[in-house]
Order: sequence, then structure tokens, then C-alpha cells
Amino acid sequence: MKFVDFFNALLGGKLIGQKCGDCGSYTCPPKATCDNCGSRNLEEVEMSGKGRIMTFTTTYVAPAGYSEEAPYTVAMVELDEGPWIVGRIDLPVEEIERLGQALVGARVSVYGREYPTEPFYPNKEKRVVPMFRLESER
Amino acid sequence: MRDVAVLGVGMTKFGKHPDKSLVDLFAEAFFEAFEESNIELKDIQALYYGNFVGEMTDGSGNLSGFMADEIGLRGIPAIRYEGACASSSVAFREAVRAVAAGYYDIVAVGGSERLYTAGTEIGTRALATAVDGVYEITAGLTFPGVFALAARLYSKAYEIPLEELREMMAMVSVKNHRYGAINPKAQFYGKLGNLKVEDVLNSRMISSPLTLLDCCPMTDGGSAAIIAAADIAEDLVDTPVYVRGTGQSSAGGLFRQKGDIIRAIPRRKSSQMAFKEANMTPKDIDFVEIHDCFTIAEIIATEAMGFFEYGQGCYAVRDGVTSIDGDLPVNPDGGLIGKGHPVGATGVSQVYSVVKQLRGEFKENPVRDAETAMTDTLGGDFGTLVNIILSIHRR
Repeated sequence: MKFVDFFNALLGGKLIGQKCGDCGSYTCPPKATCDNCGSRNLEEVEMSGKGRIMTFTTTYVAPAGYSEEAPYTVAMVELDEGPWIVGRIDLPVEEIERLGQALVGARVSVYGREYPTEPFYPNKEKRVVPMFRLESER
Repeated sequence: MRDVAVLGVGMTKFGKHPDKSLVDLFAEAFFEAFEESNIELKDIQALYYGNFVGEMTDGSGNLSGFMADEIGLRGIPAIRYEGACASSSVAFREAVRAVAAGYYDIVAVGGSERLYTAGTEIGTRALATAVDGVYEITAGLTFPGVFALAARLYSKAYEIPLEELREMMAMVSVKNHRYGAINPKAQFYGKLGNLKVEDVLNSRMISSPLTLLDCCPMTDGGSAAIIAAADIAEDLVDTPVYVRGTGQSSAGGLFRQKGDIIRAIPRRKSSQMAFKEANMTPKDIDFVEIHDCFTIAEIIATEAMGFFEYGQGCYAVRDGVTSIDGDLPVNPDGGLIGKGHPVGATGVSQVYSVVKQLRGEFKENPVRDAETAMTDTLGGDFGTLVNIILSIHRR
């Protein structure tokens, strides 16, 4: 699978991953080999797009090409199928600071948001960021 | 395989060098190493040079030939090694392997980098080329960000309240700045030697929960070493420092390593490889120069290398175990936080500090009775990991 397809699917509302035909585990984002067992017997599947925040950080000092977007909050989310992905929490910084470490463990759903690309990013047309939206408590 | 030893070491002062090129910085460090090696230039058979982001900071690639030519080694094989912040440690290890295998007798190693002069925005982007270039950088993940993510994971996994952990992290900065302030080669020589925990906690937030003083600085600098087969070294210098073991390991993106990032599995593999080659255990190591790019990074490193149990490294800092008079002094030269971090030059600058200590020449902050020590250099988010064990004793 091409990396561009992964991000275009995300913009279209679908989180694409792979299911291993040998060990049954999931890999996301896609890879040439199963992230668990190394098998190439992989089937492209749509993931649930749900998971929980494992860790996060609000970045105040951004690299060239990203400064206009700062401050922003990068997080790692463990998807319900097992893989972890990197993206951003779509809350204002004040809200993130108020919630603090309590955000760890919070349930989220994943969607894609388009940003302008930058000179060193592999996709020269656009940059897509996986965004994490907090699911309301029930 | 033959035994290998270090003949001489050199490093520039770390800090801001807008007036010196990558070549100038390497040459300055090289000649300091050369002067104490008791060899002639023609004895050097190859150059192993480390640089990470010359293209982005100086618009310069293909660097190794320019380095070799500058120091009068026209025509010798010269190779650039790139392993992010571990670039010159990778170069050093490959040089050791070539001499051990008998392919060369005497080679030069080193690195140079100019991140301070490049400025924060370009420097931050250049360093961020070491995260996954597709799936991590798109979110704007930076290196302070990587270790900020690790700090929160550490707090959660070991059930240490974040504020309590931050105080112990701050103690790493206080300690390393104390040592950097007395090291004449350090970026912060004469500065920040009397920091308090509150100063670290209250400095500017860079990537929560890491503040400016949780981070190593952007640095310009160069480092060098000359190594030789041990039998040759013993005829050339009074105090050869022997390379007893090396290790290296790799990893993919942070998201592939998942919760293991606080256990730094590649570092565990790399250090175990070095211990096995040296036929040693952590108990044989008198002190370490390790990759404290951020305060939490030093804590994670001491655990993964096997000096403390997972989740206990923070208490070792708090209890003074890693101070100069503790059981395991960590970063007596100030580490990356106090000494500075010219990334491609950092690994060999750690070798510099270890060699000076083992020869009894590190007068500013000596580790008492040190005979064997270890370096640890991390490239990227655990993508490249190198450990080197050095000793005044041949095996």
C-alpha cells in the first residue's frame, strides 16, 4: 500500500490497516511486513478508528514548516485492534492544559485533516494529520 | 579479532561557532587528537566521520572527503556515517571493527555539526528528520516531543505522579548543569552551575511537560579520536585506553515501539552486546557518559543499560547515586544538557571525556579510581543505538 493512499482514505473518513493472515494481528499504518510476526501475508482492512490516548504533549516550539500551527498537541493513540498511531488531539491548548495527565486513557475516534505541505514532506501536494476527537463520556 | 585502543582524543569548545565551518570544527578537534597520538599524518589509513544534518544546516553533503583533505589526508578512504545523534558513535564503532579485523592499523574518527548557528526553527526541523518522515513528522512531532511523550508514559506506567516525576527529572538538569559549568569545553562553562529544581520546573515550556531546562541546547562543535591496534598503541603512547566492547541496535518509528519506548529495547540490546563482547556486567562500569538529550532520557537510559531496574532510575537521581560521589556517576562532563549536543560530534565527545577521565586528566570533575567506563549514544527515537566500553585494562 502507498502512504498517499493511507492518508487519502483517512481524509475520506476511513482508517486503513492490515490484518495478518498468519498471526491474526493488525498493522497500522500499513507496512511491507506484519508488525507482529514479519509475515507478508497481509490483507488490507478498514480499522474501527477508535482507541485511547496513551500519551501526549503540547508542542510550543515547532520546526520550520510547522510554526504557524503551534501550539499543537501531539498524541499517541492505541487503536482498539492493537496498533499505535501518532496524530494530534483536536482540542484547544487551554483545554488540554486544564485536563492535563487525565487525558491519558481517554477514548478517541480518528479522522484526517489536511494541512499545507512543507518542502521536506514526502507528499508535495498536501499533508494529512490524523486527528483525535474525544468521545463523549457515557 | 585484534584488541583496539584509543591513542588520542580532541574536541572543540562546544557552543556557538558562527565563524567556523563544519570542516574548521573537525580539523580543530582532529589536530588536538593528533598532537597527543605520537604518529605522523601518513600513518592514518582511513577517516570515519560522523555528521547528521550538514545538508540542512550548511547546505553541505559528501562531507568526508573535504574533512580528509582539510587535515592533509588527501586520497585516503573517507566515509561519512549518519545515524542521527549517534552518527560519530556509529563511525567510531565501524572504525574499531575495521582495526579489530586487521584491515587497518591506525584510523581517524570524529564528527562535526552546526546546530546553534542554524537557529531554532531550522535546527528543530533538522533534528526532526530523525523521526518517521511520513507518519510521525506529519503531526509536527519534534525531539522534545518524543521525550515529552516518553515522560508521560513513564509517569503512567510506573505510577509516579507527573509532578513528582518532573521534580526528579529536574534533578538531572541541576546535576548535569553543575558539571557542565565546571567543564571548560562545555557550552555552559561558567553558567547555570547553581540551578534549583524550581528553576527547571518554571523555565519556558517547550513541549509539555518538558521545559527549556529539561532539554539539551542546540550546539556547534567538533570531536575526534585516533585509534589503533592495541599492540601498536602500546608502542606509541603511555596510556592507551582499550576499547573493550561495543554494541549497536536499531528500531523503527515510535508508534511501532509502542509502550516499549520507556524501556528502550534497542538500548538494552546494544548495551548487552557491548557487555558480552567485553565479558563484563554493569557492576564492572565505574561511570557512564550517556545520552541525556532530555532529563527523562537520562533516567530511561540508566535503566535500559541495566544499571537500575525499570522505573527506578528516577530515584537513583534523587538519591544522588548518579552524582559524582555516588555509586554510578552519570555524565560527569555535564552530558548533553550541560556540555552541549552538536549531534554528529556528540558520540566521540563522550569518548573524549571517558578517555580523559581514565587517564586521570579530567581534573575539573574527576571520578575517583575510575578504570572502566561506558558511553551511550542515541540516534533518533531509538532508531540507532550505540554503546562503547572503554578501559585502562587490556582484556
